[in-house]
Amino acid sequence: MSVLEIKDLKVSIETDAGPKQILKGVDLTINSDQIHAIMGPNGSGKSTLAYAIAGHPRYNVDSGSITLDGEDVLEMEVDERAQAGLFLAMQYPVEIPGVTVSNFLRTAKTALTGEAPKIREWVGDVREAMDSLRMDSSFQERNVNEGFSGGEKKRHEILQMELLRPRFAVLDETDSGLDIDALRVVSEGVNRVKQANKMGVLLITHYTRILRYIQPDFVHVFVDGRIAEEGGRELADRLEEEGYDRYLNASV
Amino acid sequence: MTTAEKFVPIQTRSERPTSFDPNDYERPTGREVNWKHTDLRRLAPLLVDEETENVGRDGIEYDVASLEAGGYLVESAGHDAAPRGELFLPEDLPSAIAWKRCANALHVQIPAGVAVDEPLIARLKGLGADIHANAHIIIEALPGSQATVVLHHTGSVAYAQNVEIIVRENARLNVVTVQDWQDDTVHASAHQARVDDGAYLKHIVVSFGGGVVRVNPSVRLHGEGSETEMYGVSFADAGQHMENQVYMFHEGENTVGNVLYKDALQGEGARSVWIGDVLIGADAVGTDSYEKNQNLVLTDGTRTDSIPNLEIKNGNIEGAGHASATSRFDDEHMFYLQSRGISGEEARRLVVIGFLMEIVQKIGIESIESRIAELIEEELAAGAELAPASKAGA
Repeated sequence: MSVLEIKDLKVSIETDAGPKQILKGVDLTINSDQIHAIMGPNGSGKSTLAYAIAGHPRYNVDSGSITLDGEDVLEMEVDERAQAGLFLAMQYPVEIPGVTVSNFLRTAKTALTGEAPKIREWVGDVREAMDSLRMDSSFQERNVNEGFSGGEKKRHEILQMELLRPRFAVLDETDSGLDIDALRVVSEGVNRVKQANKMGVLLITHYTRILRYIQPDFVHVFVDGRIAEEGGRELADRLEEEGYDRYLNASV
Repeated sequence: MTTAEKFVPIQTRSERPTSFDPNDYERPTGREVNWKHTDLRRLAPLLVDEETENVGRDGIEYDVASLEAGGYLVESAGHDAAPRGELFLPEDLPSAIAWKRCANALHVQIPAGVAVDEPLIARLKGLGADIHANAHIIIEALPGSQATVVLHHTGSVAYAQNVEIIVRENARLNVVTVQDWQDDTVHASAHQARVDDGAYLKHIVVSFGGGVVRVNPSVRLHGEGSETEMYGVSFADAGQHMENQVYMFHEGENTVGNVLYKDALQGEGARSVWIGDVLIGADAVGTDSYEKNQNLVLTDGTRTDSIPNLEIKNGNIEGAGHASATSRFDDEHMFYLQSRGISGEEARRLVVIGFLMEIVQKIGIESIESRIAELIEEELAAGAELAPASKAGA
């Protein structure tokens, strides 16, 4: 079993007006095979947490720690974090000029496993994963994210997760911009990978809708850079009823 | 010329002034439409109308052994030796000087009906950055012939070059020019081609080395059903200026033309210029035409200009389009690829090779493609220490 442990994490970004603290001390422990949902209003720091885990250069960790089975994640470069088994499904995946999906997936797999995947097996794996995500195989010849619709970009993120088999995945608002069919397909993908690999999941979302398809073991409510409340999935149901207002009023 | 005429902007590409006499051109100032984006300061040696033959120092060593052995070289003595000038008309000062100062053209001729399987490679080596050289080269594919002719340039020189390409009826010709110069070279080249009835020309410009490299290819789809594919790929490093002014003229009926140029840039002062003019003439019914330029900016400190122009003089065509796109490889791209476990070095390689290979693969000559692969490796090594472009607008 693996553990991703975040302790008293404080993160800031540079702004024109100087550094601005976004995360104000986050504690979170995720074990393999667990799903943690992080919910919260816009601007509460949910995405910042995702980027800080992945190591985006724009986010400065001021204090605290992130460890993966005791290894210091913050000391690792971005690619080393992926090699350690972390994966971030991004909210706004960028277009990569001139790189086809097929070439990208194969290069990433090779980088993670240290050797090129066996062609026949790999082609089969890719096709199967794409079929189950209802992605046409013509996607493979398109440039990464270029001209993809919002839904296609999200499927492509989950496709990568399925093929790269991380130990922990952070899903940053993977549900936003998805119609109901795409939401179901993507959720099935997440459940499939979780089951197959005992993957730990940190699911960041605004809405409770995705939680009908992906059952969280824990729900954390994020407000103003901190976890304001924690509970089981019944907390999500309560949020559905009441919204975030009572946290926001309390924090004023 | 009255003052009023002189300052009327030239609207139609085919109406650009032409002359064989250097004295008919004023020294360019950098305000002219065809010089506006060029590094005239560094190209200055090519604007001097001086004797460059039999002056005791040749600027270029021509290794044409393989063409000679196959009997594909034809003697061309003097300016009037046909087919020299059958279609070529200098459009700027360096080209007019090159015309005047090169007495005997290098004339490559593919005999009628003959298909030459092996690529014919002419190796042109510059012998000194301080030497001014001029050349007129004719590549003539006689009716029904098929061949691939490569001009591979290396070394250092200040070189003005005219390349006159004649693709006669039903011939199929590939012309590849590779600029693999040292970085102290300045090179201005005017390629002018005519494609006759049922004939086909694939024209590829590859520029990796050189200080200022300006290769301006122009293809006139003259014959009925004639076809061309015009490709270019360049990589501008710190201090390099890579320029292509591409002109495709659909003159005959039912002609097909496709233009695709890709330029990568990295390092302080790297510069690329692409101007693509397409003219669909009044008689060119049934034309199918497309042109595109794509640029990839790998670091800050570069500049690229991309100017597509399309002029259509008849309404009865199959299709005509033009496009230009410049992408940046910035730190967001780098983050995305690295977050999938791909190292920074590998990420850059993936993007650069992915971008360039589309053109390189069209060359189809193993020895040239492997040389280009080496050049790409050199560029990647040179770029390894450079930070990716900062995010646009950040």
